[in-house]
Amino acid sequence: MKQYIARRVGYSLLSLFLLSVTIFLFVRVTGDPVSLLVEPGASPEDIENIRRQLGLDQPLWEQYWHFMASLFAGDLGQSFYYRVPVLELYFQRLPHSLLLAAVAMTLSLLIGIPSGILAAVRVDGFWDSAGKIFSLLGLSLPQFWVGLVLILFFSVYLGWLPSSGSGGVLHLLMPAFTLGWYFAAAHMRLTRSSMLEVLGSEYIKLARLKGLPEALVIGKHALKNALIPVITLAGINLVVMINVAVVVETVFAWPGIGRLLYEGITFRDFPVVQGVVIIGGAMIVMVNLLVDILYALIDPRIRLES
Amino acid sequence: MTVITPVTTDTIVSATPFWRLKGFPVIPVSILLFIAFVAVFADLLAPHDPQIGSLARRFKPPFWLEGGSLAYPLGTDHVGRDVLSRLIFGARVSMVVGITAVLVAGSIGTLLGIMSGYLGGWADQVVMRITDTWLALPALTFAIFLAAIVGPSELNIILILGLVYWTRYARVIRGEVLSLKQREFVRLAVVAGCSSRLIMWRHILPNVINSAIVLATLMLGVVIVTEASLSFLGVGVPPPKPAWGLMMADGKKGLMVGYWWLTVLPGICIMLMVLSANLLGDWLRVKLDPQLRQL
Repeated sequence: MKQYIARRVGYSLLSLFLLSVTIFLFVRVTGDPVSLLVEPGASPEDIENIRRQLGLDQPLWEQYWHFMASLFAGDLGQSFYYRVPVLELYFQRLPHSLLLAAVAMTLSLLIGIPSGILAAVRVDGFWDSAGKIFSLLGLSLPQFWVGLVLILFFSVYLGWLPSSGSGGVLHLLMPAFTLGWYFAAAHMRLTRSSMLEVLGSEYIKLARLKGLPEALVIGKHALKNALIPVITLAGINLVVMINVAVVVETVFAWPGIGRLLYEGITFRDFPVVQGVVIIGGAMIVMVNLLVDILYALIDPRIRLES
Repeated sequence: MTVITPVTTDTIVSATPFWRLKGFPVIPVSILLFIAFVAVFADLLAPHDPQIGSLARRFKPPFWLEGGSLAYPLGTDHVGRDVLSRLIFGARVSMVVGITAVLVAGSIGTLLGIMSGYLGGWADQVVMRITDTWLALPALTFAIFLAAIVGPSELNIILILGLVYWTRYARVIRGEVLSLKQREFVRLAVVAGCSSRLIMWRHILPNVINSAIVLATLMLGVVIVTEASLSFLGVGVPPPKPAWGLMMADGKKGLMVGYWWLTVLPGICIMLMVLSANLLGDWLRVKLDPQLRQL
């Protein structure tokens, strides 16, 4: 067990190391980092100063050392546009992203789990096909299009919902649905396959033989076990949602992390772009580690394997 | 005495052309072929120049609405460019970017996947650790990051998408190579003294190419949506090139006053293309490669 956790932690640290090297190298090898890290319109002396300050005249490994040292000190640089540290901006926006992700996740589970169960109970029936089409559409439709069409209907024609910004519950509905639909597809597919697997197991046969009503077999006995992988995926996806909402947040002008990333691009505010990517990658590596460890705690087969 | 001719499987297979196979997705394939046709002959099909407009005729609605005319069948955008012509040329952008990016990602991923799976050892460790790490970065965020560094251009977008998506090939192909490695024909090739390079090229590659094709079809949809998203966010294909994502970003300006055709039409094009690619990919997956059915 200890060995397993140690190895997982090791892999995650290695991943974080590779992540930092990837980001570090891409910035420095492709083109001139000064043009990215110095504010647009800086004078030649300023550029020279910053080149020396950032140590860009030093060998690569030494630059990397500085890069990591400031990362560990929690210094992701200063935003050109807002003139505050990137980390501060990030934490300012995080609550909005969390709220959006939580509501989007709730919607996606409310859609994904029941339709997944229906699809599994009646394989190849009407609900199975309807679910397949619904999830395929969710995966194929670009999120920004779904968002714009929703705005067109609910804001422009019907005038029911506000088209952008944050504030009340009404502001949340459209962005959360747009973001949630995409993930509902994944949750539906997993619920279906996991449910099918559980329904084939011995204890479900026993429950049926005992003459339990079908609703009880499925709703109580099967569902409990079938939901374990779905909840795990939902946990990971919650973190993923915070980091991939850039399109949705841009369409609806929702002031979260994704919008911050978009502002970073449009204002050529590179420290912000870099910071959001670093934190996002690190967050996802950590969640994967957490899930691996939790699984090992729950299921001895995993920790004894390999 | 009658001569009994053996029935070879060859004749049976060749008797059914592939488009008659069970469940062959006729409509999706037709749509993809149609988009490809439009992309190739865009110059001949488009009624107007897609990049030049005149402000005198901006925001004209499609012909069936009041104020529209058949000269601009699908209306005009905020600088008076013909929407139909831009959609037609946009098909070219999507096809070129989509297909080349998938080829770039597929070549890198398949090559590294085969080497990683067959050679094992440190090469495997390095490739797989990089794959794991890069997969942890959300694809769109990673692509935005790269685009912010190298700046937007069609070629850069292709390279960026290739760099972001090769990891998916590498992982799947490596898994297949690991099981192929244990098969008799590979072991016999080793015994016969074939070099590793020859085995990978002659014996492994032809056996994973099916999976690579299935993945490529499924990836086509993903890549096109990502390209459109990047263009929508302003770090994709640079204006005034007619990319569908870019058209929607421009169209957003007219959305609140009800100029719906500027956003809805390019969106429908993207949807048709992506949905078709996904349906074809799903069919191929089941047909070509039973191992990938769970994917």
